[in-house]
Amino acid sequence: MDLYTEGDPIADTKAPDGPIETRWERRRFEAKLVNPANRRKLTVIVVGTGLAGGSAAATLAEQGYHVRSYCYQDSPRRAHSIAAQGGINAAKNYRNDGDSVHRLFYDTVKGGDFRSRESNVHRLAEVSVNIIDQCVAQGVPFAREYGGLLDTRSFGGAQVQRTFYARGQTGQQLLLGAYQALERQIGLGNVEMNARHEMLELVVVDGRARGIVVRDLVTGEITTELADAVVLASGGYGNVFYLSTNAKGCNVTASWRAHRKGAYFANPCYTQIHPTCIPVSGDHQSKLTLMSESLRNDGRVWVPKAKGDNRNPRDIPEDERDYYLERIYPSFGNLVPRDIASRAAKNVCDEGRGVGPTGLGVYLDFADAIERLGRKAIEAKYGNLFEMYERITGEDPYEVPMRIYPAVHYTMGGLWVDYDLQSTIPGLFVIGEANFSDHGANRLGASALMQGLADGYFVLPNTLPNYLANAGSFGKIDASHPEVVAARVAVEERIQKLLSINGDRTVDSFHRELGQIMWEHCGMERSEAGLRKAIDEIRVLREQFWQRVRVPGDGEGLNQSLEKAGRVADFFELAELMCIDALHREESCGGHFRAEHQTPDGEAQRDDDRFAYAAAWEYTGDQPVLHKEDLKFEYVHPTQRSYK
Amino acid sequence: MNLTLRIWRQKGPEDKGRMVTYRVEDVSPDMSFLEMLDVLNERLILEGEEPIAFDHDCREGICGMCSLMINGEAHGPQRGTTACQLHMRQFSDGDTIDIEPWRARAFPVVKDLVVNRSAFDKIISAGGYITAPTGSAPEAHSVPVAKANADAAFESAACIGCGACVAACPNGSGMLFTAAKVTQLSLVPQGQPERYTRVIGMVDAHDEAGFGGCTNIGECAAACPKGIPLNTIGRLNRDYLTATAKRAGTPGS
Repeated sequence: MDLYTEGDPIADTKAPDGPIETRWERRRFEAKLVNPANRRKLTVIVVGTGLAGGSAAATLAEQGYHVRSYCYQDSPRRAHSIAAQGGINAAKNYRNDGDSVHRLFYDTVKGGDFRSRESNVHRLAEVSVNIIDQCVAQGVPFAREYGGLLDTRSFGGAQVQRTFYARGQTGQQLLLGAYQALERQIGLGNVEMNARHEMLELVVVDGRARGIVVRDLVTGEITTELADAVVLASGGYGNVFYLSTNAKGCNVTASWRAHRKGAYFANPCYTQIHPTCIPVSGDHQSKLTLMSESLRNDGRVWVPKAKGDNRNPRDIPEDERDYYLERIYPSFGNLVPRDIASRAAKNVCDEGRGVGPTGLGVYLDFADAIERLGRKAIEAKYGNLFEMYERITGEDPYEVPMRIYPAVHYTMGGLWVDYDLQSTIPGLFVIGEANFSDHGANRLGASALMQGLADGYFVLPNTLPNYLANAGSFGKIDASHPEVVAARVAVEERIQKLLSINGDRTVDSFHRELGQIMWEHCGMERSEAGLRKAIDEIRVLREQFWQRVRVPGDGEGLNQSLEKAGRVADFFELAELMCIDALHREESCGGHFRAEHQTPDGEAQRDDDRFAYAAAWEYTGDQPVLHKEDLKFEYVHPTQRSYK
Repeated sequence: MNLTLRIWRQKGPEDKGRMVTYRVEDVSPDMSFLEMLDVLNERLILEGEEPIAFDHDCREGICGMCSLMINGEAHGPQRGTTACQLHMRQFSDGDTIDIEPWRARAFPVVKDLVVNRSAFDKIISAGGYITAPTGSAPEAHSVPVAKANADAAFESAACIGCGACVAACPNGSGMLFTAAKVTQLSLVPQGQPERYTRVIGMVDAHDEAGFGGCTNIGECAAACPKGIPLNTIGRLNRDYLTATAKRAGTPGS
């Protein structure tokens, strides 16, 4: 293709071979250790304080390392992990319903549509059980049964009840547990916390990650922070679509800056579109709100059979309604996985049968459940969600069906890492949503929290020491080292450039337009023609951005427009790579659906012969270089997913 | 609808600050309050003015970052609702709306509507945790927790740390925030070993940070978007009294 070149294959060299259930234990044993007396002389930078970053910073500090932690929010407690609703998976098998580490491993590899690395996923399933123990010990108020033991539920179509939860606020409670462990270490002087600081560049010296350049968002001061290793826990990049369920501040800048310095970016086109979000209400829309997936347990999804039928939904008789998920997928019905439910909603709306003022919505109807179980029972289960829906839309879902539509929710792609979670830059480790490692082409519900905490509490603290054990040979550097100065100057120049354009368009107007291009052509369904068009449009728009953007104010002090401008500038570059990745992957898998590659009945068609690999992209400044990591499936054999 | 906004503008901590009037037109009732401010900010930028700085992030009522005093009420007129979840259908055409930052000694203004709430982090740092270093945890089911206690712990744990309680309190007290965490952790068996040192540490940190004392006015619980009950402060006081009597930290006491 004319848009990229292909380089040498890449391989994970850290995962031991042998039986899969022994690999993690062997890796831990073979990894080098750092003497407790030496740990306090070593500094680790952790960027981001969500489930992954918060738990990693706390745990590394408990081990005795000196940690410097950074977040853009005003407090580490506000990282976007806090918004996760549903729950966290763990292979505890407390229900005695046939769950096991192997089954969680199997479900995750299959759910990821056979595009993840078996060794990593098995380890994730193994440590899942430790996470629950850890969080309970911290006082996380999980839901409990009357006997005092932990309650679990089935989630996202899983056939076992392995999801632990704290009402609809599981992410909040797990994050506050990690945050409190972090605050304890801050109080003890083991972690130096820098809130309202944003990483704007990675410092690489002699091929190793040795620090970051940060901007103090309150004073505007730009400083270089040096360390023996850098950990990125900076989350996903769903905001490249402008509208998503992410927090407004979520961005790709930390990852993208590292990518530009040599860290490969893997599978950027794998994005998860969540089927149950509140539809867009107008041009002013600034974000989309998720309605928990659990609603599909009792709600029935439908649209009118006839196009353009805009009668009040209560006036549409049963036989003129199309319960399309129940019709197309009789065995899973309304509980089909996220990617399938999302695409089905898009299809009926494309046919002109969507509902609501924009025609981009489908009904999620609780009338049957209310009749069957009573309003009280529905209130007890979903009361808080129904209230939230009413606050946002002004409609009462007990009386009229909810309107929902898919929205960007999570990004499976991210910086490429090996089994040790180290990127292609030695000393740069990437954890949580920011890496690409565990979810393949589609993430299962309640697995994001599991992965974030697995990486932060249990994986990184066991693999990072292997790297730090050699820190004695890294060589001393200080802020006057030419590479360090160059990184800082580059940041200062970029900020000056953004401030000096003084054009006639706002940052948000560019971001919104970029998001529309991405949603249209690199969203739920992608095609060669659409992706090529998107790449052209992104390039034109990016050029416009650098000529016409207006960033008011100066670099001194709090300047929220300037913060946004830097983030959007990086989103432009990422967007192009996402489209190239989506274009080159001539198959459909998980969240990546190519119109040209579907079965006769419209389902995703993988091409394992050509595409059973992770695509790791190298930045060159010109055409990116593709490095393929072959994926081997020794334990879970690829099959076509079927939910009919 | 058309509205008149009177918004607090303050360049920085040293600036005295003042209310500035803006008119906004064609506001859709489906907009969130913050989206209405977004639209105003877009206009200000194109007119060559500095946009209004305000804190926000998740915009779904859970991160606790948004913090607006709207017509003198923390997070505005709708009960149990953060400013980011407040929608314009709560207002009427022709309304005048005053928008101010949280005002409290412990929360100094950074710029416009943005304040510094790091004092809350200091309170948590002084004891708002259970010491459980990673790897040391026993099997989760080894200690059952009575459902009633687990549920009550959850109620208190729902605090989002937004600071509305402080902004609403005539004394600028952070006692509801502190009490919510004390209550959560004292209701579970894992929290018992540090129960009394925790409450002393947190209350000391609260006082040091410049928060005022609690005089049982109850504005905090009325303003709380997450419904943290006022009786958590009673629990805190009880634990505090016991801790003082026991001389927390003394072996065998």
